[in-house]
Amino acid sequence: MIEVKNLWHIYEGRKIALKDVSLTIENEILALVGPNGSGKTTLAKHLNGLLKPTKGDVIVDGINTKEASVAELSRIVGYVFQNPEHMFFEENVFKEVAFGPKNLGLSKDEIEKRVEWALRSVNLKGYEDRSPYSLSGGEKQRLAIACMLAMNPKYLILDEPTTGLDAKSAESVKEVIRKLKEKGHGIMLITHDMELVLELAERVVLLYEGIKVFDGTINEFFQLDLRNYDLDKPELLKISERLSVGFVRNINEFVTSLLRRMRA
Amino acid sequence: MLIRVEDLSFRYSRAKDYSLKNINLKVRKGEFLGILGASGSGKSTLCLTFNGIIPHSIKGEFRGDVYVKGYNTKETSVAKLSTIVGLVLQNPDSQLFNMTVEEEVAFGLENLGLDPEEIRRRMKWALRITGLEGLENEFPPNLSGGQKQRLAIASVLAMKPEILVLDEPTSQLDPLGKEQVLSLVTLLNKEQGITIILVEHNTEYLLSFADRVIVLDKGEIILEGKPKQVFEEVDVLVRLGIRVPASVRIAHEFKKRGILEKAALNEKELINRLKTLIKI
Ligand SMILES: Nc1ncnc2c1ncn2[C@@H]1O[C@H](COP(=O)(O)OP(=O)(O)O)[C@@H](O)[C@H]1O
Ligand SMILES: Nc1ncnc2c1ncn2[C@@H]1O[C@H](COP(=O)(O)OP(=O)(O)O)[C@@H](O)[C@H]1O
Ligand SMILES: [Mg+2]
Ligand SMILES: [Mg+2]
Repeated sequence: MIEVKNLWHIYEGRKIALKDVSLTIENEILALVGPNGSGKTTLAKHLNGLLKPTKGDVIVDGINTKEASVAELSRIVGYVFQNPEHMFFEENVFKEVAFGPKNLGLSKDEIEKRVEWALRSVNLKGYEDRSPYSLSGGEKQRLAIACMLAMNPKYLILDEPTTGLDAKSAESVKEVIRKLKEKGHGIMLITHDMELVLELAERVVLLYEGIKVFDGTINEFFQLDLRNYDLDKPELLKISERLSVGFVRNINEFVTSLLRRMRA
Repeated sequence: MLIRVEDLSFRYSRAKDYSLKNINLKVRKGEFLGILGASGSGKSTLCLTFNGIIPHSIKGEFRGDVYVKGYNTKETSVAKLSTIVGLVLQNPDSQLFNMTVEEEVAFGLENLGLDPEEIRRRMKWALRITGLEGLENEFPPNLSGGQKQRLAIASVLAMKPEILVLDEPTSQLDPLGKEQVLSLVTLLNKEQGITIILVEHNTEYLLSFADRVIVLDKGEIILEGKPKQVFEEVDVLVRLGIRVPASVRIAHEFKKRGILEKAALNEKELINRLKTLIKI
């Protein structure tokens, strides 16, 4: 479990980015949402020790991040940044994904297995020999996710994982996230994409000006007036409200529910 | 025709496969063309052929011809083409490199050798139309995502291009920034008459505003037509990995089951059709 306890973060002794935030992450898919500048990235960077609390504590599976190195923590908490463009350094995709597992000192067999699984998970099989820099934007994003998957961290933080991805790649990323959840991982999604939240998240934490203003189930979350937070309700929910279909999470649920009503 | 692409194929120097295959395309003056396709389908590559970056700066095997306002891009410099075709990219940060908003817009103009009076006039116009008036002296990295992207557009607009090519200009922006940039694109097309070529995943937007849409798959144009014709092909689009609006997908499901006769293109159409069925 990750426990964030009364966390404050103040940049350069001036800008208060987080005010007394507490939350936990277990084996679940948690969405962290909020307008720009609300403190999402600041919070996420505390979970793998990239930032240390100004006040309060972050405890990752019993380890206080104040007492652990980023290297140590990043084996437990993987973080995929939003713009992965500038972080590739190997000559091909295979080596890029193998880099992390190699540093963990894994066997050649195990490394190959992990790379193969990670690339398959993000739909990049067949790209092994390509240079990371020759990839298109969406392909780079998927490569960054694969690099983290290959490390097999217990907790994963994904900053806008589907931004700039086409629907098919987004679908395969979503599927990986679901599978990881089933396998016992804890996942934090940072996103503005309310359709993604609706489809995938189980719990939502909403930050506003550094304060946690909401922490609850997905159903409760979508009853908030999201326009107050520069967020928009997904089209699917707007349609289902207008037709009094109730809370649905995807098109199939909507269609099934409406068909049932028509038959009745 | 403002743009004519004839039998265009392109393979990057070190790539095995062609990234564009036998593309034929015409764009009329004042037209708004949307480009859709999965990642890796060739959208950015095609965009780079319009102002000559391909084949002049990015090398590879280039077959066929691209004509812009009659100029064959193979025989025309990127500098010349850039006065006709403005290109805006995905990540605004990579396009801004001056100390103030004003210098950012003036930069390209100074390189054109325009007189100071004309530079001022164009700068004012570009900042006004993109809604950045009052921010002249800001440091570009301090702007919000939507403002940065509008600044990138302003710098390009100041060159007075007839064609604006935007390659996923909203994909790195938050919802507010996305809306700002897309309303600006609409305004530039409908009110200033600028020809627009837009790569965009927000298909609700393309359905409302594009005159025509092409769909790329593995470097080929596989669908082309008015948005409402193209979005009849829901199964094809979904198979290719293109985001189809919830309302269009729902209508498609009911059409497949023989419950609805016609497709729906937006929320309102869908709700009206379904309401009559469930009588509320
Ligand atoms: N390195 C930094 N120095 C000073 N202020 C910062 C720094 N990083 C972020 N901030 C400020 O902290 C607040 C929260 O930022 P951030 O965590 O990036 O928000 P979000 O990810 O929700 O957009 C913002 O007001 C931002 O300007
Ligand atoms: N500089 C390059 N060198 C080699 N291959 C490239 C290069 N840029 C793009 N590609 C390849 O060309 C194809 C089309 O890419 P791109 O035009 O970026 O697609 P899109 O913009 O639709 O995502 C992809 O397979 C991509 O990997
Ligand atoms: Mg952030
Ligand atoms: Mg692209």
